[in-house]
Amino acid sequence: MIDYQAPLRDMQFILDELAGLGQITDLPRCEDASPDLVAAVLEEASKFASGVLAPINRQGDLQGCRLEGEQVITPDGWQEAYDQFREAGWIGLSLPQEFGGQGLPKLVSTPVWEMWFSTNMAFAMLPQLNVGQTEALMIAANDEQKSTWLHKVVSGEWAATMNLTEPQAGSDLGATRMRAEPTEDGSYRLFGQKIYISYGEHELTSNIVHLVLARLPNAPEGVKGLSLLIVPKFLLDDDGQPAEKNDIRCISIEHKMGIHGSPTCTLSYGDKEGASGYLVGEPHQGLKTMFIMMNDARFNVGVQGVAMGERAYQAALDYAQQRIQGRNIVNGASNQPIISHPDVKRMLVSMRARLMAMRGLLYTAASWFDIANHHADTQVADKHSRYVDLLMPVAKGWCTEVGNDICDEAIQVFGGMGFVEETGVAQLFRDARIMTIYEGTTGIQANDLLGRKILRENGTTLRELLFDIRTTGKALEQVDELRDLATDLDELTTQLHITTDWVLEQDQARIADLYGGATPLLHLMGTVCGGWQLTRMALAAHAKQNAAGEDPDYLAGLISLARFYMATFAPQAYAHARAVRYGGQVLTNFPESAL
Amino acid sequence: MKVLIAVKRVIDYNVKIRVKADHSDVDLTNVKMAMNPFCEIAVEEAVRLKEKGIATEVVAVSVGPKAAQEQLRTALALGTDRAIHIETDERAESLAVAKLLAKVVDEEQPGLVILGKQAIDTDNNQTGQMLAALTGLPQGTFASEVAVDGDKVNVTREIDGGLQTIALTLPAIVTTDLRLNEPRYAKLPDIMKAKKKPLGVKTPADYGVELASKVSLLKVEAPAERKGGVKVASVDELIDKLKNEAKVL
Ligand SMILES: Cc1cc2nc3c(=O)[nH]c(=O)nc-3n(C[C@H](O)[C@H](O)[C@H](O)COP(=O)(O)OP(=O)(O)OC[C@H]3O[C@@H](n4cnc5c(N)ncnc54)[C@H](O)[C@@H]3O)c2cc1C
Ligand SMILES: Cc1cc2nc3c(=O)[nH]c(=O)nc-3n(C[C@H](O)[C@H](O)[C@H](O)COP(=O)(O)OP(=O)(O)OC[C@H]3O[C@@H](n4cnc5c(N)ncnc54)[C@H](O)[C@@H]3O)c2cc1C
Repeated sequence: MIDYQAPLRDMQFILDELAGLGQITDLPRCEDASPDLVAAVLEEASKFASGVLAPINRQGDLQGCRLEGEQVITPDGWQEAYDQFREAGWIGLSLPQEFGGQGLPKLVSTPVWEMWFSTNMAFAMLPQLNVGQTEALMIAANDEQKSTWLHKVVSGEWAATMNLTEPQAGSDLGATRMRAEPTEDGSYRLFGQKIYISYGEHELTSNIVHLVLARLPNAPEGVKGLSLLIVPKFLLDDDGQPAEKNDIRCISIEHKMGIHGSPTCTLSYGDKEGASGYLVGEPHQGLKTMFIMMNDARFNVGVQGVAMGERAYQAALDYAQQRIQGRNIVNGASNQPIISHPDVKRMLVSMRARLMAMRGLLYTAASWFDIANHHADTQVADKHSRYVDLLMPVAKGWCTEVGNDICDEAIQVFGGMGFVEETGVAQLFRDARIMTIYEGTTGIQANDLLGRKILRENGTTLRELLFDIRTTGKALEQVDELRDLATDLDELTTQLHITTDWVLEQDQARIADLYGGATPLLHLMGTVCGGWQLTRMALAAHAKQNAAGEDPDYLAGLISLARFYMATFAPQAYAHARAVRYGGQVLTNFPESAL
Repeated sequence: MKVLIAVKRVIDYNVKIRVKADHSDVDLTNVKMAMNPFCEIAVEEAVRLKEKGIATEVVAVSVGPKAAQEQLRTALALGTDRAIHIETDERAESLAVAKLLAKVVDEEQPGLVILGKQAIDTDNNQTGQMLAALTGLPQGTFASEVAVDGDKVNVTREIDGGLQTIALTLPAIVTTDLRLNEPRYAKLPDIMKAKKKPLGVKTPADYGVELASKVSLLKVEAPAERKGGVKVASVDELIDKLKNEAKVL
């Protein structure tokens, strides 16, 4: 497979033109993110991704991890790459400066994480856990806990995990059983089992900080009775150094279809005297913290969607330029590379169109995070915070589903060579497949979108978003050359408009019908938001077309991507809208016995 | 000892080179640019000398357009202390660059000057040699090992017949070959700090150097596309083809 090259030009275009990097730089605490610094960060990250992470990706897949006793051995090269990654300071990119990070805005860290995931998703999950855990501890930990744990987690000297899942508690965390019993010194003893814990055990770092969801004695049933605890692999001595081994054992690792380099562990807590842990935040408030950081975590998995798709697209494009096969159906020429076949070109353009749509959506959403976190005007901050809430299930659910589709299409471009393992595209497809499952399945995202993000607030934020999309439509109408896109966007948006009205009109009696259409609704939202971003991109490209020093082919290509999307993917909005309105009811009445 | 390094902004080695439609030059519009790989090796060598305590200060110089400051910032992120940008939009040819560097050498009085043996855009392989001639300093080109020893530097050179080690009296000029070292990746905190390191901007006129070229570029053409090869059945057939078809024997 061809070497990865970070799509720096596409990234930069979207940062500047769609996500408004210029405005983000002006926000308080984002001043460091000047355009030249951002360009330098992306450039150096791209070298690191191509030079260090990409070369060990295949080895990680072939070799996988293994359990020897209670010890997990990661693939060859993982240790060296992790050391380099940590020493280069990349973990701290967007993390707080007070704990040794660089505190750069999410808009800057997003393309960088895209590169890490593109080149080695199984590896990149490890440092990503440090980022997620830091965000959780920043929300809920007390000052003493922050100073004990965060410096080492931000630097990457210690690794981090998220311990949520149990055999009976997957999508439904309310079913969590892990027990945490108070001791006299104020700490807790944990007993129970966690499954599917990514990087739950390994030897890459001198300690692992587990963040564990558990239940205290007398906790209320369900999600209202969950507490978060820090449970280190090694307890710290008086100097804060890892010393005594805690009562946690890795009892097995999973054999998976993909991300073989990432150990997925079953952890047993408290086989002896109980694993020592420290309560983070208030008792029974664990889920609240989880909810705050969930937006971040879900967003990051959404970024995996575009990242895996990009890698697959680059491979497919290169293969299509090299592979000679078939007579050109139009002009009869033989010995042509397959890219000359209209159908192969179709696959490549449809991959690229959706990649740019996803990237537009994700980077724009990253800027909303930054505005929500930093804008001085609380009204502006609040609006963007609601946008983040509304769109996170879409960013996660839709971008990962589309990412999978793109990896699948790349295999198709490779023909038989896509199905055999040696080209590496099969690995991308296998690795990517987890994205729609962890951090909440697509179904869970869809429920969240419909229930918590639309019905609960009676569609208020969604209507604001629709208004914003219409505003882009108005801008398109002002440009003669893009008027067709204005019409397309109008028709596309109307589908979401009608469906929103319809959803909000239904009464409680039809709630089952509505949930039967939740996933189609998520796809509808994704399809509309993707089209919206591509028309924004077309507007920006058009505005630059006559500027000096611009590449007209590139800009014309961006406008064509919007047109192709409108011709090919936007019509699917009709189908999704119909599935929402008419599918649910059939499902509700469908007898299970007929399955 | 102060070490001076020269850094050139060139087309990125991953980019497929395109020639402008009117054949006037290589098309650089919107093409990704990067630090010349041989210059990266020069930076790395200088930074290692600093880490070993041999160099006290590393200064990077680049002659080129404003955007060449990106490459100087990269050099700063990798451990260079200070940078000098000699800004010009004109095509700076080897001799002009060597003249400018000679002026900088005169001003800075470095103990060692390290340059790439060539730049991957024009592949001239001459700036270091010209600089040596202009400054009257000894030169060790195509270095695959550089060891400073008191007031001497031992330079192991890659030559056709193998390796040759020469001892130069400092100050000296060294040009790097590919195997001299493996450049490191920049660390994020250093990328951030590079912004604050000193970068002085000058013009060729400040040094009294005239860039106007004596060489005129007539036409640029892409190399002919490589034709598919053939397999030969025997050594005899090969020799026959080399003699009678290729006419190289
Ligand atoms: C490789 C890998 C790594 C993982 N890493 C971690 C980790 O580091 N930490 C961690 O805590 N967990 C981790 N997980 C667990 C992961 O988050 C869960 O697998 C995921 O949340 C789904 O839970 P489940 O597997 O129990 O599936 P289930 O919850 O049993 O879901 C099965 C199906 O039922 C659907 N479903 C379930 N409930 C509902 C509902 N209420 N409404 C509609 N549909 C529903 C789901 O959408 C899905 O299609 C990992 C899993 C894997 C495979
Ligand atoms: C597991 C496996 C088992 C197999 N078993 C057998 C077997 O038992 N016997 C046997 O003879 N073969 C077998 N094959 C070969 C299989 O039939 C070919 O892989 C298949 O026909 C595709 O050809 P290809 O791999 O050369 O792909 P290519 O022909 O190179 O196709 C690559 C891509 O280009 C597209 N493309 C190519 N030409 C055109 C065109 N003219 N117009 C539009 N698009 C075009 C394709 O649609 C595809 O997307 C097997 C393959 C595999 C992977």
